[in-house]
Amino acid sequence: MSEAAAVAGGRGAEPRHGVRITAIWAVATAIVLPLVIWVVGPHIPPGAMSQQTRDQHTVDVVLTALATPIVLMIWVYFGYAVTVFRQGGEAIVDGPPITGHRRIEATWLIATSALVLGLAVFGTADLLTTGGAGGGEGPNPAAKPADWRTALPVQVIGQQWLWTFRYPTYGGVETTVLDLPVDREIEFHVTSLDVVHSFWAIELGVKADAVMGADNIAFDKPLETGPFQVRCDELCGLWHGHMNTTGRVLSDAAFVTWITNEERRNAALTKTLPPYARVYYPQPLRNAS
Amino acid sequence: MAATLAVLIGLVVVYFIFFLESGPAAIAATAESDGSVHLTLQTVPTYGHHPFPDWVSYLAKDPAGKWEHTTIFKVPAHTLVTVTIYQYDGASGLRNSFLAGVSGTTGGIETINGVPERGINPDDAAHTFTVPDLDVNVPLPGVNPNAKNQCGTAPCSLAEAHNTITFSFRTPGPGSYRWQCFVPCGAGFLFGNGGPMQTIGYMSGLIEVS
Repeated sequence: MSEAAAVAGGRGAEPRHGVRITAIWAVATAIVLPLVIWVVGPHIPPGAMSQQTRDQHTVDVVLTALATPIVLMIWVYFGYAVTVFRQGGEAIVDGPPITGHRRIEATWLIATSALVLGLAVFGTADLLTTGGAGGGEGPNPAAKPADWRTALPVQVIGQQWLWTFRYPTYGGVETTVLDLPVDREIEFHVTSLDVVHSFWAIELGVKADAVMGADNIAFDKPLETGPFQVRCDELCGLWHGHMNTTGRVLSDAAFVTWITNEERRNAALTKTLPPYARVYYPQPLRNAS
Repeated sequence: MAATLAVLIGLVVVYFIFFLESGPAAIAATAESDGSVHLTLQTVPTYGHHPFPDWVSYLAKDPAGKWEHTTIFKVPAHTLVTVTIYQYDGASGLRNSFLAGVSGTTGGIETINGVPERGINPDDAAHTFTVPDLDVNVPLPGVNPNAKNQCGTAPCSLAEAHNTITFSFRTPGPGSYRWQCFVPCGAGFLFGNGGPMQTIGYMSGLIEVS
């Protein structure tokens, strides 16, 4: 009798591996999944500083929870196979091929399709109900928050290698500091004066590409006061790694005091700025380039 | 075969070590009797030497009075740094007019040819000396394009057309702070921001505070 035949012939005596693997996986999932949700979950980024980061955090926890049983299935199967199916003796022999198992194929296709389509619906619904979830939506956002009409517009201008910020409702004053009021919808207008940058306000959950000649709008509503980091998230040249700053979410009164001081301090400089516009095509393009 | 491969890998390693070690040398600021330090710089329209003779560049004067091609400066912490820049290049204008204003300097001013100013016309800027992390920004006006004695090759001399800009700022604690020019002055490169704008030793560098 050949070795393959011996293996095939011995299948009848095999324990029900599928049932055993499923049972181990179910127990592991029952133990690990609550830990992932309630122990690890609260520490998953990006935090809770804004409405968008709270939503992103919820989504991250949901996705991690959904991925947990899948990861556990792989680990359990791997561990089971290494332990139980370990080849003893000298020769390594392939097991009999399995082909045309309709039930397994149908289960796999239905389960993965349901998961992917379900996540697509979940993600789309989340984008639409959270005003774009903090992402750049281009010049005509499809998803707007309920209070977008009263949002504070703040223009974010990227250039190699500096962020500056204009406040059109405060005389168009421009600063190198990004201060924002708490509990108010912010409408970021992100643009660039040269190459592509990416405005990333980490703790606020905002990320939007900055592209010359494009007005990329992103909404965000800070809910807690405190500092947040701003970085460029698009490799943009020599000092890309230095293109960062620290912003602050302030109380409404502190924000008004700050922006009023900025208006006064930069009054002369503001007069030399081009009128506020959604995009800029700086004239020096004609010179050095 | 193995020996050839080892030689090739060795050559690549040596090349990278040489490349990493080939940056400009740091230059120390000159100490003054009152405890402050002094940096003397110049900006030239074309460096005039190997490897990029047609690139715009900064140069720095070492304590012995010799002009060196470097943009890495060593200054002490918590010290007043007075900077004198002899600016020999023509204006090409700022991309962001906001940077035409002076910030972060003592009194919020720069002195241009002896006249204190809080900013310049954005179109008159030839370069800036900007340290973003220290909020220091000083725009440098270009020389008159009709001047007869334009400088061609570094180092330029005071007999050639220039503007003299002075300002001072106080250093923070120890650290490495990048500085750069914000005028897109890399002629011939995309948006003027390639070449010398992307190379330490020309239009940007580091202030090593220790």
